[in-house]
Amino acid sequence: MPAIELDHVSRVYQKYSARHRFQTFKSAIVKGDLFKSLKADELVEAVSDVTFAVEKGQTFGLIGENGSGKSTILKMVAGIAKPSSGRISVQGKVSALIELGAGFHPEISGRENVYINGIMLGLSKKEITRKFDEIVRFAELEEFIEAPVKTYSSGMYMRLGFSIAINVNPEVLLIDEVLAVGDAAFVPKCLDRIDDFRRRKKTILFVSHDLSTVAKICNKVAWMKNGRVQMMGDPKRVVDAYMQDVTEEQEAEFLERKEEATAAAALESEAAPASPPAETIPAAVTTSASAAADAAAAAPVPAEPAPAETAASDDARREQRWGKREVEIRSVTLRNGRGEEKHVFHPGESLLIDLDLSAREPVKDFVFGIGVFNSMGIMCYGTNTYIEEYEPVALSGEGRVVCRIEELPLINGTYYLDVAVHKRDGYPYDYHRNMYSFLVSSMIRDEGVARLPHSWEFSPGIKVQVPEKDGTPEK
Amino acid sequence: MKLSDNLKEVWKHRLLIRTLVSRELKARYRGTVLGFFWSFFNPLLLMIVYTVVFGFVIPARDKSIGEPLQYAVFLFCGLLPWTWFSSSSNDSANVLMVNGNLIKKIMFPAEVLPIVSVTANFVHFLFGLPILFIFLIIFGRPLTLFLLLVPLVMLVQYVFSLGFSLLLSALTVHFRDIKDILGNLLTFWFFATPIIYNFYNPDLNPLLKKVLAFNPMTHIFIAYQDCFFWGRLFHWKRLGITFLAALVLFWIGYSVFNRLRDSFPEEV
Repeated sequence: MPAIELDHVSRVYQKYSARHRFQTFKSAIVKGDLFKSLKADELVEAVSDVTFAVEKGQTFGLIGENGSGKSTILKMVAGIAKPSSGRISVQGKVSALIELGAGFHPEISGRENVYINGIMLGLSKKEITRKFDEIVRFAELEEFIEAPVKTYSSGMYMRLGFSIAINVNPEVLLIDEVLAVGDAAFVPKCLDRIDDFRRRKKTILFVSHDLSTVAKICNKVAWMKNGRVQMMGDPKRVVDAYMQDVTEEQEAEFLERKEEATAAAALESEAAPASPPAETIPAAVTTSASAAADAAAAAPVPAEPAPAETAASDDARREQRWGKREVEIRSVTLRNGRGEEKHVFHPGESLLIDLDLSAREPVKDFVFGIGVFNSMGIMCYGTNTYIEEYEPVALSGEGRVVCRIEELPLINGTYYLDVAVHKRDGYPYDYHRNMYSFLVSSMIRDEGVARLPHSWEFSPGIKVQVPEKDGTPEK
Repeated sequence: MKLSDNLKEVWKHRLLIRTLVSRELKARYRGTVLGFFWSFFNPLLLMIVYTVVFGFVIPARDKSIGEPLQYAVFLFCGLLPWTWFSSSSNDSANVLMVNGNLIKKIMFPAEVLPIVSVTANFVHFLFGLPILFIFLIIFGRPLTLFLLLVPLVMLVQYVFSLGFSLLLSALTVHFRDIKDILGNLLTFWFFATPIIYNFYNPDLNPLLKKVLAFNPMTHIFIAYQDCFFWGRLFHWKRLGITFLAALVLFWIGYSVFNRLRDSFPEEV
C-alpha cells in the first residue's frame, strides 16, 4: 500500500489582477458589482493531472523549475491546499517542513510556543510534554526556552521550528527546501535527522533544487514541468534529463539576452564610438608586458572612459573591439565536441572556438590568441599560438582557425571570451574583447577559478563513503 | 463542502482553538501593567463616562431606571457584552491578514481564526462578569434564578457574533476598507441597541421601538438586562426568533467564507 497516492490531481488557483488590491467595499457597493468584484479575473492551473504513488519507506524527489507546481503538490499532500480535482490519499501522520516556526507568537515564551506549534502540527498535549526536553535539546535552546520568542535570533527561530516539526515523529515527512536557510552548524544536524528517517524506513517527499542531493538520497524522482509530470523514475536518469532541458532553456535565454545586449550596444555605439580602454589589454593574448604597452600606445586611448560608457551596463562596457583589421575575425562560433553550435556547456564537454578569418593583404607576422574570463573579470585561462611556439609563415585570403578545448574544468557560471589576431609584438589586427560569452552549467558546488583535476585518497583507518558518480551528465 | 463537514473539521481542531485562545489571552496580558484588569477596564471606563454624562451632566429624561448609580449598573449590564461583540468584530476583520503566514503554511481550517477571535473575547467577557455581580450586589439588584438563563443569551450572541465575524474576516481580505467602515457601523449599531437607554421605557416613541425591534442585537441585550438588572424572565419568543436570525447569519457568513476560502492564501 503506497504511503502517498495522487490520482489525476489538478489544482486551479484563482488569480486576481493587481487592480483588485485597490478595490474598496464602498466602491463595490456604489457600483453595484459586489459579486463581480469577488470573482477571480483568471484561473491558473498550477498542477494538472498529476498521478504518482510513493511506496512506504521510499524517498521520493520532486524537481523542476520555480513555479512548476512542486510546492503546490507538497501543500496538497500536507493538506494545506485542496486539489481542485482528483484524489490524494496519505497513510499515516504527516509532518511538513515547509515553513519552520510559522505559528510562533513573538510575545510568548519559547516553551509555550513549542506547545502551540506542536498542537498545530497535530500532536497532543501529552505527547509534547513527553518530547519537550528532546525538542529543546535538539534546538540547543535550553537557556532561552523561557524567553519570549521575539528575543530569538532567526537561527534560533528556525532551529526551534525544525526541532518541533521533526519531533512530531511522522510516518510521512514533507521537506520543501527549508534547509536552504539554516546556519552552517545546524544544517548537517538536520540532514542527519533526515537520514535517520530514511534508515527507519519512513516515507519522505522531498522538494529541492539541490540536484546532487536529490540524485543521491531519492529512490525515485519526478520532474515537474508547467504543472505536469514530465518524467518519472530512476533519480539519475530523471535528473540528467532535467539538466538537459535546463541547459536547452539556458541556451535559448542566453541567445535572447545576447540579442538584447547587441541591440543595446548598437544603440550605444551610435551615441559614442567605442574605443579600447588602456588598462584592459590582457597580457596573455599579447605576449609580453612591453608588447602590451606597445599595443596600448598604438591604440587611440582616451584618458578616461567616455561618458556613455560609464552610463552603459557592465556587459556593454567590457565589450570592445579594436585593431585596423588587416586580418579580420569575421565571426566567432562556439561549438561543442560534436560540432553543434552552443552556448551552454557542461564541464566535461569540449569547447571549440571557431574563428572565421579574412586577410585584406597577405601577412607574415600573426598570432592567434584566446582568453577566458569569469564574470568577476578574472582571467581563468589565456594562451596564444606564439606562446605555444607556432611559428607564423604566411596568411592570405580567407581562412578558419579552430581552438579546441578538450574539457572545461571550470566552475558553474558565465564566462566571457577574448579572441584576437595580432603581431608578435602585440600590434593588433583585430582584437575582440569580451564580445562572446558562454555558460558552464555544473551541479558540483566547488569554488574558485577553475577545477583542478584531483582525487582523494584515504588511509585504511579513515572510513568514508565514496559517492556514487552523481548526476552530472559528463560525457 | 457542506456546513456539517466544516463543523466536523472545526471540532477536530478544538484543541488548537483552545490553545490559540489561551495564547491570545496570554499574549494580551503579557507586558501590560494592568494585566488581566484590561478585560473590564474598557466597559468600566465607558460606564463611568456615560454615568457622569447622563446621570449628572444631562439629567436623563428616562425615569424608568432610577437614580444615577442604578443607571450605571444598568449600563454595565449592556456595555460588557457589547465590548465582547465589538472587539471580536474588530479583531476578526484583521485576523486573516495578521495570521497570513499560518493560512499559507500550516494545515488547519482558516475559520479557526475568526472563531478564536470571538472565543477569546468571550473569555474576556466572562472575566468581567464577577465585577458585574459585585455591582449588582452592592446596589441591591435582585439576584434571581433567571441568572441561570444567561448562558442561553450568551449562546445566541455567540452564534450571531461568529456569523458576523466569518463574514467580516472573509470580505476584508478582498476589501481592505471594511475595517474603516466597520468602526462607523459599530458606533451606529451601539446606539441602535438599547444599551444606554431602556427599551421598555414607556416614553419611548412606539415607532422607534418597532424599528429597534428589527435589530437582532436589541433582543439579546434586553435579555441580558432582564436577567442581570431586572431579575426577570426575558421575552423568550423574541430571543428564540433572534436565535434563528443568528443561525441564518451564521450560515450566510460560513457560505461566504467557504466561497472565498481558496483565495485567502493568495490574497492575505
